[in-house]
Amino acid sequence: MKPKNQRLVLVSAALFAVLVAVLLAMWGLRDRAAYFYTPADVAAGKAVPGQAMRLGGMVEKGSIHREPDGVTIRFVVTDGKAETPVVYRGIVPDLFREGSGAVAEGRMREGRFIADTILAKHDERYMPPELGNLAAEHKAGKTLEK
Amino acid sequence: MIAEAGLAALWLAAGLAAFQFLLMFLALRSDVEVTRAMRAIAIVQGALTLLAFAMLLLVFARSDMSVELVFANSHSAKPFIYKVAGAWGNHEGSMLMWVTILAVAGAFVASFSHRTGERTLIAGLGSQAVLALGFYAFLLIASNPFARLFPAPPDGQGLNPLLQDPGLAFHPPTLYLGYVGLSVAFSLAVGALLTGEVDSRLARAMRPWVLGAWILLTLGITAGSYWAYYELGWGGYWFWDPVENASLMPWLAATALLHSINVLAARGALKAWTMMLAVIAFSMSMVGTFLVRSGILTSVHAFAIDPERGTFLLALLAIYVGAAFILFAVRGATLKEGAPFELVSRESGLVVNNLILSVILGIVFLGTLYPLFVEAISGEKLSVGAPYFNAVAGPLALVLAVLVGIGPLLSWRRERRPVLKLLRIPALIAATALAITIILAPDIGILPRLGFVVAAFLAAAGILPLVRRNPFRAPLATWGMVVAHFGIAVALAGMAANAAFTSERLAIAKTGERLNVGPWLVQLHDVTPTAGKNWTAIEAELHASRGSGVFILKPQTRYFSDPPTETNEAAIETFWNGQLYTVVGKSDPSGGWQLRLWWKPFVTLIWAGGALIALGGALAMLGRLWRLRRRGPSNAEWRKKSYA
Repeated sequence: MKPKNQRLVLVSAALFAVLVAVLLAMWGLRDRAAYFYTPADVAAGKAVPGQAMRLGGMVEKGSIHREPDGVTIRFVVTDGKAETPVVYRGIVPDLFREGSGAVAEGRMREGRFIADTILAKHDERYMPPELGNLAAEHKAGKTLEK
Repeated sequence: MIAEAGLAALWLAAGLAAFQFLLMFLALRSDVEVTRAMRAIAIVQGALTLLAFAMLLLVFARSDMSVELVFANSHSAKPFIYKVAGAWGNHEGSMLMWVTILAVAGAFVASFSHRTGERTLIAGLGSQAVLALGFYAFLLIASNPFARLFPAPPDGQGLNPLLQDPGLAFHPPTLYLGYVGLSVAFSLAVGALLTGEVDSRLARAMRPWVLGAWILLTLGITAGSYWAYYELGWGGYWFWDPVENASLMPWLAATALLHSINVLAARGALKAWTMMLAVIAFSMSMVGTFLVRSGILTSVHAFAIDPERGTFLLALLAIYVGAAFILFAVRGATLKEGAPFELVSRESGLVVNNLILSVILGIVFLGTLYPLFVEAISGEKLSVGAPYFNAVAGPLALVLAVLVGIGPLLSWRRERRPVLKLLRIPALIAATALAITIILAPDIGILPRLGFVVAAFLAAAGILPLVRRNPFRAPLATWGMVVAHFGIAVALAGMAANAAFTSERLAIAKTGERLNVGPWLVQLHDVTPTAGKNWTAIEAELHASRGSGVFILKPQTRYFSDPPTETNEAAIETFWNGQLYTVVGKSDPSGGWQLRLWWKPFVTLIWAGGALIALGGALAMLGRLWRLRRRGPSNAEWRKKSYA
């Protein structure tokens, strides 16, 4: 190959690689990105049943129930406007408790949210990213009610 | 006084960096005295930042609560090692460490690098000074680590308990050394683009830095993966978390650079290509730093509300990367391509390696930033996780692993050896592996199965470069390559085994109860309270047995008071063929305890592979340095001549 042709081939190969990366990423992101919904979004029918998503909100007071097997829990997530029941099998993360924020990964099935993971909250100052605004709105709403 | 001394050292270093940059213009007019002054300034600048960093360590070691950073991140009851490590476990401290490494690397270039052309070195030192200057400004204006609090509070707020772990003491420094080691490759590339001296000499000067940075990144990623595995208590080794991706992206770019730099060093080809990769590799380091340090990952909104730091970093990133790309666009086209090569040759193999690595890098990059773009534009929130990265990048990585077995067998310039014939035995071994997995494990997924097959192929093909010649007379660099490539096969086998054969058991157990997981029978013997220096815990005692012998595991749930936090401390028992991983959870109203048990066959191979990859790099580094020493006298002469 002549050096000039060689450079042409190399440049086109590089451009081709960029194109392939972008196309693959677009294809992958189209149905593998998990959208974040609040119970209000779920109530409005935004969440497609069976599709991976994240659900975020406050764990409603008095809603946590344990199944007899001891490792499955049910609770209700609320954003003040709507409520979504959640089922989760596993050890709940540190500081998961009623009245605090939580984000769950999983999917909607027959009106319930089946969680695969409940995102850990590393310390009490930490808020899951998506909950940042929600928690603030929630607090603001409560203050207004008072 | 200590904090003020540190701050003063930082200001002085910043002033020297500005001076060093201005001197570059004088020195480029080939004034030998000015060049010598520039080198001296770079060395003093490195020493000053080192002093500032030492002062920070000192205030943390003394728990000086009048320094705001110590107050916010430390506590007098903390074990001493975590007090010191706490110095870089926070935003300001870690940025200071970043700058320190950058300046010290510049000092090393100034004192030892004499293999590039003098003008390239001068331009490179100028570029390194500009990089440092930006980050000094960031520290001094937007994140001063030495700010005082008045009056001094009685005690600090503590450190996130997750971070109180030996892993923390070494993990960030290792990664940062890797990140910032790439800055030298960036600066030398910028220097060479300015002077037009892109040749094999430049490649040989860059190579130790790239190799060193790459080794440390490999070690850092491997250690970080193991840290997440045992500390988070979720049993996973890689979560495709943006913070993890921030370290993976520079590694991918550095891996590509490491391979193309060999082409430039050996054949003088792929000039523009290698310069581009050198620019991209450090750009990825800066992107990683930006992602982790700007707070943008917490939320785009948080970023918009408190924009000072993030915007500052983003501006630095845009200026440096933009300037380097513009320079590349202007000067890259004028570079003459070096020695030509045929379509099937070692060079082409390395180009393909680079292309696939670049595509994987692009996929990780787009997947990591996509949620930020979407949220910034439409306000919609989404997350991109393992399903995307595994499905899109996974198959490409497998293809790359196959080619890793083939590439080193090709010869430079034009293929002359019967490579396909050489590959018959590895192909046979791969086919055997396929047959074995089909017979023994008919139900495993397609990716893990392919993982085993490719690992078997690569392990066999990877050692071929040492076969048919006296392995003890092969250069150390060849040994390094073989060890690193074998490490990929080992890690791949570990990942496949973990994906295919992990058994998990989640249950409530009362004292005395037995649970099965994989081949193990685990009995909950007792649960007792216990305490450490700054935590209390409940500790389960588990008796695990398979066949003969009983192993005792003691997982804990720890409660920290400053700040109030709980963590799960997994108990892990390692065997030659896997790990038993146990976590104790909360108590049940009926008096039982939640237990989560995993049997993970051969999972340790993942990190063993990572260590082998780094070891391969270290062998190559040793080989290069040894050669350099043997050639030492001639180098010294060259150096003298340049100063005469």
